[in-house]
Amino acid sequence: MNDTVSKETMSFALNEASRAAIDREVAKYPEGQAISAVMAGLRIAQEQNGWLSPEAIEAVADYLAIPAMAAMEVATFYNMYDVKPVGRWKIVVCTNLPCALSGGEQAAEYVQEKLGIGFNETTPDGRFTLKEGECMGVCGDAPAIIVNNTRLCSWMSREKIDALLDELK
Amino acid sequence: MLEIEIDGQKLEVPDGSTVMDAANRLGVYIPHFCYHKKLSIAANCRMCLVQVERAPKPLPACATPVTNGMKVQTHSDQAVTAQKGVMEFLLINHPLDCPICDQGGECQLQDLAVGYGSSASRYQEEKRVVMNKNLGPLISTDMTRCIHCTRCVRFGQEIAGVMELGMANRGEHSEIMTFVGHTVDSELSGNMIDLCPVGALTSKPFRYSARTWELSRRKTVSPHDSLGSNLVVQVKHDEVKRVLPFENEEVNECWISDRDRFSYEALNGEERLTRPMIKQDGRWLEVDWQTALEYAANGLKRVAAEQGASKIGMLAAPHSTVEELYLAAQLMRGLGGASMDTRLRQSDFRLDGKLSGIPWLGMKVADVSRLDAALVVGSFLRKDQPLIAQRLRQAARRGTAVSALGVSGEDWLMTLHARVTVAPSQLAGELAALVKAAAEARGVALPAGVESVQVSEAARSIVASLMNDGSRAIFLGSVVQQHADASGLHALAQELARLTGATLGYLVEGGNAVGAAAVGAQSGLNAQQMLLSGLRACVVLHAEPELDCANAPMALEALKAADTVIVMSPFKTGLDYADCLLPVSPFTETSGTFVNAEGRIQSFHAVVRPKGDTRPAWKVLRVLGSMLELGGFRFDSSEQVRDEALSGARDWLPEYKLGNTAGDVAFARPVALGGLQRVADFPIYRNDAIVRRAPALAAARDSAAPAARMSAATAGDAGLNAGARVRVRGSAWSCELDLQIDDTVPAGCVRVSAGWPQTAPLGTLSGALTVEAL
Amino acid sequence: MSSPDTPQSILLAGLDGDNTWGIEHYMKRGGYSALRKVLESGMTPEQIIAEVKKSELRGRGGAGFPTGLKWSFMPRNFPMDKYVVCNSDEGEPGTFKDRDILRFNPHLVIEGMAIAGFAMGCSRGYNYIHGEVWSLYERFEQALAEARAAGFIGRNILGKGFDFELFAHHGWGAYICGEETALLESIEGKKGQPRFKPPFPASHGLYGKPTTINNTETFASIPWIIDHGGEAFQALGKPNNGGTKIFSVSGHVNRPGVYEIPLGTPFPALLEMCGGMRGGRKLKAVIPGGSSAPVLPGDIMMDCTMDYDSIAKAGSMLGSGAVIVMDESTCMVKSLERLSYFYHEESCGQCTPCREGTGWLYRMVHRIEHGEGRPDDLDTLDNVASNIAGRTICALGDAAAFPVKSFIKHFRPEFEYHVEHKRCLVPVEVQREGSRIYVEHAAC
Ligand SMILES: Cc1cc2nc3c(=O)[nH]c(=O)nc-3n(C[C@H](O)[C@H](O)[C@H](O)COP(=O)(O)O)c2cc1C
Ligand code: SF4
Ligand code: FES
Repeated sequence: MNDTVSKETMSFALNEASRAAIDREVAKYPEGQAISAVMAGLRIAQEQNGWLSPEAIEAVADYLAIPAMAAMEVATFYNMYDVKPVGRWKIVVCTNLPCALSGGEQAAEYVQEKLGIGFNETTPDGRFTLKEGECMGVCGDAPAIIVNNTRLCSWMSREKIDALLDELK
Repeated sequence: MLEIEIDGQKLEVPDGSTVMDAANRLGVYIPHFCYHKKLSIAANCRMCLVQVERAPKPLPACATPVTNGMKVQTHSDQAVTAQKGVMEFLLINHPLDCPICDQGGECQLQDLAVGYGSSASRYQEEKRVVMNKNLGPLISTDMTRCIHCTRCVRFGQEIAGVMELGMANRGEHSEIMTFVGHTVDSELSGNMIDLCPVGALTSKPFRYSARTWELSRRKTVSPHDSLGSNLVVQVKHDEVKRVLPFENEEVNECWISDRDRFSYEALNGEERLTRPMIKQDGRWLEVDWQTALEYAANGLKRVAAEQGASKIGMLAAPHSTVEELYLAAQLMRGLGGASMDTRLRQSDFRLDGKLSGIPWLGMKVADVSRLDAALVVGSFLRKDQPLIAQRLRQAARRGTAVSALGVSGEDWLMTLHARVTVAPSQLAGELAALVKAAAEARGVALPAGVESVQVSEAARSIVASLMNDGSRAIFLGSVVQQHADASGLHALAQELARLTGATLGYLVEGGNAVGAAAVGAQSGLNAQQMLLSGLRACVVLHAEPELDCANAPMALEALKAADTVIVMSPFKTGLDYADCLLPVSPFTETSGTFVNAEGRIQSFHAVVRPKGDTRPAWKVLRVLGSMLELGGFRFDSSEQVRDEALSGARDWLPEYKLGNTAGDVAFARPVALGGLQRVADFPIYRNDAIVRRAPALAAARDSAAPAARMSAATAGDAGLNAGARVRVRGSAWSCELDLQIDDTVPAGCVRVSAGWPQTAPLGTLSGALTVEAL
Repeated sequence: MSSPDTPQSILLAGLDGDNTWGIEHYMKRGGYSALRKVLESGMTPEQIIAEVKKSELRGRGGAGFPTGLKWSFMPRNFPMDKYVVCNSDEGEPGTFKDRDILRFNPHLVIEGMAIAGFAMGCSRGYNYIHGEVWSLYERFEQALAEARAAGFIGRNILGKGFDFELFAHHGWGAYICGEETALLESIEGKKGQPRFKPPFPASHGLYGKPTTINNTETFASIPWIIDHGGEAFQALGKPNNGGTKIFSVSGHVNRPGVYEIPLGTPFPALLEMCGGMRGGRKLKAVIPGGSSAPVLPGDIMMDCTMDYDSIAKAGSMLGSGAVIVMDESTCMVKSLERLSYFYHEESCGQCTPCREGTGWLYRMVHRIEHGEGRPDDLDTLDNVASNIAGRTICALGDAAAFPVKSFIKHFRPEFEYHVEHKRCLVPVEVQREGSRIYVEHAAC
């Protein structure tokens, strides 16, 4: 993907807020099971860094005292970790069958048309990355879109897509 | 016990057995890829599906527990259909590039595809291509061939103790890889090559050098450590092409270290000495054997006559064979009382004559796996004894309390019960604390000399583990053996063993250390005395005294000062101090015998013909003996030599010859040293003349150039910065190195590895050093 | 807003908006009375399990396993940790019921889990929440804080000496983590790769300790059962299919959403609740239990009642109660292509038939859909699906195979038409009209 981004973010250190957030997660698990917090740790590092660079993955692994490769396995297994740089806004449209029956695919087409990019591409200005999503567990809300992993947008008509994209600067 | 019937054959198996276990016992072959008896069960390849009565679907034999009365069919229609289905899936994305694959001919997938595959593929879609990975100098990859059995990953996690490889991504995008930019650096990594059932992981040094069916397979024994790993050497045109483990559950199980596996490259290398050579007027000339032998014999004879045999000495590597050492000892004796030693790294010989026998492991190797508690004192365990470390690691996984008392906090990749890391001079104090804790725990009077030491929590916890029920051991490693007060440390450890009831053992150094002691290869002056005695003539056998001795510069000076130095080696070595080089066979080119740390006698044949004019050293020594007209050299075969040397023992040294108990030795006391103390190790690939010349090993992480390593705090105190160029000064000599921050080094210490020409000038392996920025 | 409050609802009862999730509202609705009853009336674990058995509650996660029986597998006098785990990793295409439970009624799940913890002697629980519904994870954390503050979880609950700690763990985008052992691996901080069973979680579960895993809706049913008795719950449904069940209806209906109805309700009645077929088009096919369940033609479906046994008899499964409704504008090849793509994307990759087979299936269906099918493809598809089903570590292999086999079984002519004519039987314009972005129902 975008080479310039990866160069800028070569080094990474967990900031204080991230470390505190990871500590809170570690406390949920029995003693000696800090590794259980790796999923949350990677999410937190991703939030801090914008994406999960190898350095960010290693920082989480080091912080939890687990092998870097163990963290890498997790980071590359779950879809919502971005192990490649993404735009400021990651737009994920569910196109799975239940959503597709109520316009999921057409919503995706419309977003592609508006942004001028296909799935797994980033707009040249680095603002948007578009992805195709698998079932989000909200099929009744089709078409459904998730922005930056945490913001769920339901019933995305063309008008609501217009409004959403306008809002995301 | 549970009863099971497989393909009509009945059998009783212990509770907890799987169908695969039962089939193995019956000798019924069930096809499989992911299953491996030494690894955890993954049940992911699905090749071992069998039909189980009353089960609605086929079950994987490797993971299905036997239930009483179970009836299994491995070749029924249901089973075979399932197996064929799996085989088809495995092949759809496999490149089927067997003609150019190094695994061709020994590939489980290839073998099984013949039986279970169909000739034409129904798969018409595009095949997957997977990028290859750079795993370092030892393992080559062809990841498109990978069948995702995860044996390599499980090996790393479970046997090597470190997760270097993992399976990243998901689904059909899953790929075996290391963390970005990392290589596989485990000292056991080559075993992954053996474990890989296809040609995804193959040997990099071996790559494309032969087809497996062109290779003949011969058995031998590794010289590199005192385990004596059993090897299969694969040979083509009289050259060693590849080395694999020969399975021996009692010794190396089915593993070998990378040192055992890749050292052979040195034997085919440029540095081999293939003609006898003598130095005349400062120039080296190739000569024939007759000339060289006469030259050598005359040199020895002249010194014996003119200076007396006491001015003749022999320094032999502890991986010389029983036969070589026995004849060498005969020769030295025959000359009228010349000296000989193999304990080149030792500097304290006060135990000589006081031990109840030859220092040894104190138990069978296999028993190490069955220990309930172990304390390892002064060892670079993983690098000194990779497979003993592996056994202890497996034991620790099962709950054995393994503790470490040493001079380096390096990660042993196992869960330790307790760990104490101190400067070499403080080992005595820590051992004394253990002795005190043990005496207190037993409620007996404190032995004299330990009354005033402080006992730490860690010490108490180690002692507690050593006093529990079950089998317990204390192992003394290379640091103790090389220590300036080795005898005093021994005395403390022996007392600790007595008080706790643990067995005392030595992790002896060198493939034939026990054999050397058994055949009288340590006679007359010891190595250190010899070097201080003004030798006029010296024979060097397989060793490189300028790297191998406890005080390398002293050795070098002594050799340079001698009138005649005869080097018997497979390599061109010692050119600046020798005047005669005799090309003798490395272990692959001679028959011979090693006695390992447990006293196991292992004889082997030559696996290839000697290179060039090289001759087996035992034969060279035999000729020298005859030329010098000494008695006792009339042997027709190496077997005759062995039988005489070992008084007919073929399998084990008699136990009475072995013994780790010493009488009347004073406890060591901690010493106060000014300045910084040296911590020295012989890195795994700098440990003997062979490994030092193996190119792939030289490129491994463990061969990184030596540095002055100290903890951040110690460097800070000394006002030194990481990466700085520093001058390190010993008592008499010095060298220049880069400073490296390494927090595994105890406070107040500098770790400077031995076995390197760069660091050899430093002299003794322990003692005070000064370090200053340049 | 979907329509949570349907007739006879017990899980979604009294929920009329986003403000219902807090503990105050929950208590007003009678919340935590069941936990109180259990602890204060001195109900024994055995009595609780007996009550759950009587209720004939079957697991709502998909397999429909009797919950009381599952609970009885937990070792009694196990000295060390035991765990109760809630599966809120709802990601089975078509399923979105757990979301509404967590959105509007998280304390119901907390209460159900605490009772389960008491019944099985577990002092710790985790709720694994699907990553994509992030706000529910945050809400659940808040609800946990409320419950902790009110003394319903934590140490010495209600002063009765019962300790139960409960935490939330979020997924991060992997359907397979809905499989219970993959979920455990995921909580343990690993890839979500299912474990081979046996050993089952009841003996070797989270961190190797005895563990019971149930679906969100299953736990949510527990307080009502305790409050009203197992028999009352059973009576809401039909024999062997106790209680009400939440159905998530998606696809070509006028009001997609969640509907809590008694098990055994006729499918046409459910369809009617959803406002009937969109645009008045004809019902073509229904996947009655989430995308992993075999598809059934519309006419077969119209004769079914919505319960485990009836749907099984018709050749499919009630699964998670996700009803995907397809009308005549639907191209079955394209629909299968999308589902096959999903399983191929979501296979965890560890076992051979699923890792290799799901990609093979998808590529074949994709080829057919794109006009490159060959006559023998249909038989190959069916046979490859058979080679996956029943040969894998977990049921994802089956889940990938069933749609393929059932789509071909019931709609073979449509597939053959595709192969022969290299295009859809249903004209593309009709398909587009049928699946037009549809948001009208959202207004309500
Ligand atoms: C591939 C796969 C996905 C699954 N996804 C879910 C899920 O999202 N939610 C769920 O509750 N159960 C899911 N299950 C079923 C669980 O494995 C398990 O049976 C269930 O959580 C048990 O709870 P129950 O007895 O209450 O139904 C899935 C199973 C498989 C094989
Ligand atoms: S069936 Fe698929 S998802 Fe399940 S274990 Fe096998 S590869 Fe993983
Ligand atoms: S050997 Fe049993 S599944 Fe691989």
